[in-house]
Amino acid sequence: MSDITKQSLSELVENIKGKKLSSSEVTKAFVERSEKSKELNAYITEDYANALNKAKKFDEKPNLDLKLPGIPMAVKDLFCTKDLKTTAGSKILNNFIPTYESTVTQNIWNEGAILMGKLNCDEFAMGSSNETSFFGNVQNPIDKNLVPGGSSGGSSSAVAAQLTPITIGTDTGGSIRQPASFTGTVGLKPTYGSCSRYGIVAFASSLDQAGPMAQNVKDCALLQEVISTYDEKDSTSIDFKRKEYSKELTKDIKGKKIGIPKEYRVDGMPKEIEDLWKKGIEYAKDCGAEIIDISLPHTNYALPTYYIVAPAEASSNLARYDGVKYGFRAEGENLIDMYEKTRSEGFGAEVQRRIMIGTYVLSSGYYDAYYLKAQKVRKLIKNDFDDAYKKVDAILTPSTPSSAFKIGEKTNDPVSMYLNDIFTVPVNLAGLPGISIPAGHDAKGYPLGLQIIGKAFDEQNILNIAYAMEEKINFKNNITDWWI
Amino acid sequence: MDLVSKNKSEYIINRHDNQYEVVIGLEVHAQVTSESKLFSTSPTKFGAEPNTQVSLVDAAFPGMLPVINEYCVKQAIKTGIGLKAKINKRSVFDRKNYFYADLPQGYQISQFKDPIVGEGKIILDMPDGQKEVGIERLHLEQDAGKSIHDLDPKNTFVDLNRSGVALMEIVSKPDLRSPDEVNAYIKKLRSIMRYLGTCDGNMQEGSLRADVNVSVRKKGSKEFGTRCEIKNVNSIKFMQMAIEYEANRQVDLIEDGQTIDQETRLFDTKKNETRSMRSKEDAHDYRYFPDPDLLPLEVSDDFIENLKSEIPELPDEKKKRFIEKFKLSPYEANILVSDIETSNYFENVIKKSDVKLATNWIIGELFAALNEKNLEITESPISAGNLSKLINLIKDGTISGKIAKTVFEQMMEGDKDPQKIVEEKGLKQESDPKALEALIDKVIDDNRDKATEYKSGKVKLFGFFVGQVMKVSGGKANPQLVNEILKKKL
Repeated sequence: MSDITKQSLSELVENIKGKKLSSSEVTKAFVERSEKSKELNAYITEDYANALNKAKKFDEKPNLDLKLPGIPMAVKDLFCTKDLKTTAGSKILNNFIPTYESTVTQNIWNEGAILMGKLNCDEFAMGSSNETSFFGNVQNPIDKNLVPGGSSGGSSSAVAAQLTPITIGTDTGGSIRQPASFTGTVGLKPTYGSCSRYGIVAFASSLDQAGPMAQNVKDCALLQEVISTYDEKDSTSIDFKRKEYSKELTKDIKGKKIGIPKEYRVDGMPKEIEDLWKKGIEYAKDCGAEIIDISLPHTNYALPTYYIVAPAEASSNLARYDGVKYGFRAEGENLIDMYEKTRSEGFGAEVQRRIMIGTYVLSSGYYDAYYLKAQKVRKLIKNDFDDAYKKVDAILTPSTPSSAFKIGEKTNDPVSMYLNDIFTVPVNLAGLPGISIPAGHDAKGYPLGLQIIGKAFDEQNILNIAYAMEEKINFKNNITDWWI
Repeated sequence: MDLVSKNKSEYIINRHDNQYEVVIGLEVHAQVTSESKLFSTSPTKFGAEPNTQVSLVDAAFPGMLPVINEYCVKQAIKTGIGLKAKINKRSVFDRKNYFYADLPQGYQISQFKDPIVGEGKIILDMPDGQKEVGIERLHLEQDAGKSIHDLDPKNTFVDLNRSGVALMEIVSKPDLRSPDEVNAYIKKLRSIMRYLGTCDGNMQEGSLRADVNVSVRKKGSKEFGTRCEIKNVNSIKFMQMAIEYEANRQVDLIEDGQTIDQETRLFDTKKNETRSMRSKEDAHDYRYFPDPDLLPLEVSDDFIENLKSEIPELPDEKKKRFIEKFKLSPYEANILVSDIETSNYFENVIKKSDVKLATNWIIGELFAALNEKNLEITESPISAGNLSKLINLIKDGTISGKIAKTVFEQMMEGDKDPQKIVEEKGLKQESDPKALEALIDKVIDDNRDKATEYKSGKVKLFGFFVGQVMKVSGGKANPQLVNEILKKKL
């Protein structure tokens, strides 16, 4: 089989289970393609030799009952992996090798998958273009010098370029869905509490959620089924009945009520996005869904709310990177001097900016005006969704207000960068599941995504809707292997 | 010249013509008795090798998350019940953010706005009566690690064994008025927690320490003065010394026409003085906010009721029972209930012996002997059972009180059965009237002249004859019988 890397996860699983392919063959194919794709800079850490060894071991005694039998996989470098360097895209963790494994990745290895390496991402997942990574920009396989989105930019690039059959990212304000949208791939941000945060380098604890990124909805459903478990080690993990999403996946969404929130028609939204949304509505109707106009009145406040809550939590979460215990340390005259030098040299500009914002909004005298108010608005945003879900089963929106932009285009304009998250951020604030699926191209031929937002714990429903629409949309990613 | 009047519990500082009252509030940090830490499973044993009781959570490794230890929550609620306090069914853990080398997370998880326990009270027994001290709140929080500065001239070492250990911060209202009340307060609080088994109260090991808030005001004033907080004082004696110094310092400032700065101070135990650590302006901005890694802590009524059923009889109730049931004086009851081990010992002794005698022997002989040997009641060489036997030997007249002291001394050398000591050493009391008559006859015979004097009205000499009989009998003569027979014979 020559085109191993072109196969979807589901095909690969089937072929390995049917003994048409060995794990070694599959792993070798993805490793070789990854090695030929260094220009994309999707990897921070490669672990190919170990991956090939593990594949060989798997083939010696293959357990074909597993859900991901011998499937090679690279993961975002925000997941702690035992004995393999985990950097979170930061200089401050450049030398950090965990002695432990995140619950989400452990779940994946327990189902037979094999780690190939760690994928690039924005520093501490703070960014929308992968440009804040200490390890450099990531190329979008769609076009040279195009950002792959962020923060899971290495992940989206690697899946789109088929360096890994599937991957996992993390999504705090859109970090799975936006890069998926920018690379013509599928990305699911699960309900908050669905996937354990144990062992994931924290950005904003009340928003962070791991999720699958794939070439299609079915693969996404399968991986979600593997990674979503209740975990006592994460106090915010929720013990609810998880479904076998891939088994229960259906294209029958007849009669499902899909809401179209009027507030998402933002000023200055490109016509292409407007058109894409309209097309999406037609696709949904074609699938038998009922379209209902809804209102999410506090949408406008989501972005400012997010940029208070997330930096506030981040400023505290990142306090542990102080040069004392692990990671990078710059020597100083005394403790304070060491702190200042370590954190000034160890953190990049965007991370420092957010630490400053977060520290400011939590400061005495400002707390009520910013953090406390943001928490109140957050509740209103959640209430908006609760009200909407009295009328509809899911909500359809564009994933992003534009297609992928050029590397460097927005680097010096943080606000314009933050605006990228305008459609994805409310979902995190409300703790809901959201999925981005590729739905078309803009005039430049760059992919555009649609987002389907679900009720809490109703991943199955949005996966079904995405699955049904995916067939109607029949999206084809236009990747020329320009870097090879 | 420091003129401090200390009539009973009133503590007043006199300067020139002014009288000043001292107002004290305590923030006690009590280590929760628990096998493992507040948010991790690491052990909490005292005195372990540095950094051997540290988990990835305690050292704040990337991606590590806190998980609340239910046992510590139960301990805090039990303590709240012991303080007759309101238990808050919903409480919230906040992050207190600051940088320090022994604070791995860069924040301490504490409870700020919504503590687990609300208002309560403690009753103090002062020489001139009872005093109620209000409890403002009790909250759970993590301890920090330990910085060791004196092992190396250039470097500081950090031991994280203590990092993450559960503490209860118990905040009193500013109801205390003297160093003596502070002494009584700490002892009573410690006693309650020991009864409950929620804190061992061991100040040497740092299980109990306090921040002391001190202010002064003119006697009769209703307004509070500006307070200073003396951080982290770890013995009652030091607390008292710090308060005395600090109160006098503040009075001097006021008398000198100066104002007091609200500030945090340290007590230098060597120089016996407090000195400024940081002023209000330099105070940390801790940027408290609810810890997003932890959901609000919610406990049900059932959960609280179950814990209530586990609460043992506490010192106040025990004291009341001892007074009513055993007719002890309040003074005796206070001493016997002051710690649970003493009260247990007492109750074991009186199971089979006379209450009055037991009370006297425990408070008198036993405490003195233990004190002399610097032993705790739990280390007493004399078991409750054997003390009980000794008391019965006195009660049934087998030995006299005086002989009993000799037996007691021997028992202190090792837990010997008093019955055996009496038999082996032939210490049994002589209560045979015939034998005593013979003895007495001999004594009268030997002291004819004195007997004549006695008969002629010198009744004081009676004591002389008793003493002679006791002496001749080697202290074994039954004093009561000796009295009776002597009276007849003389």
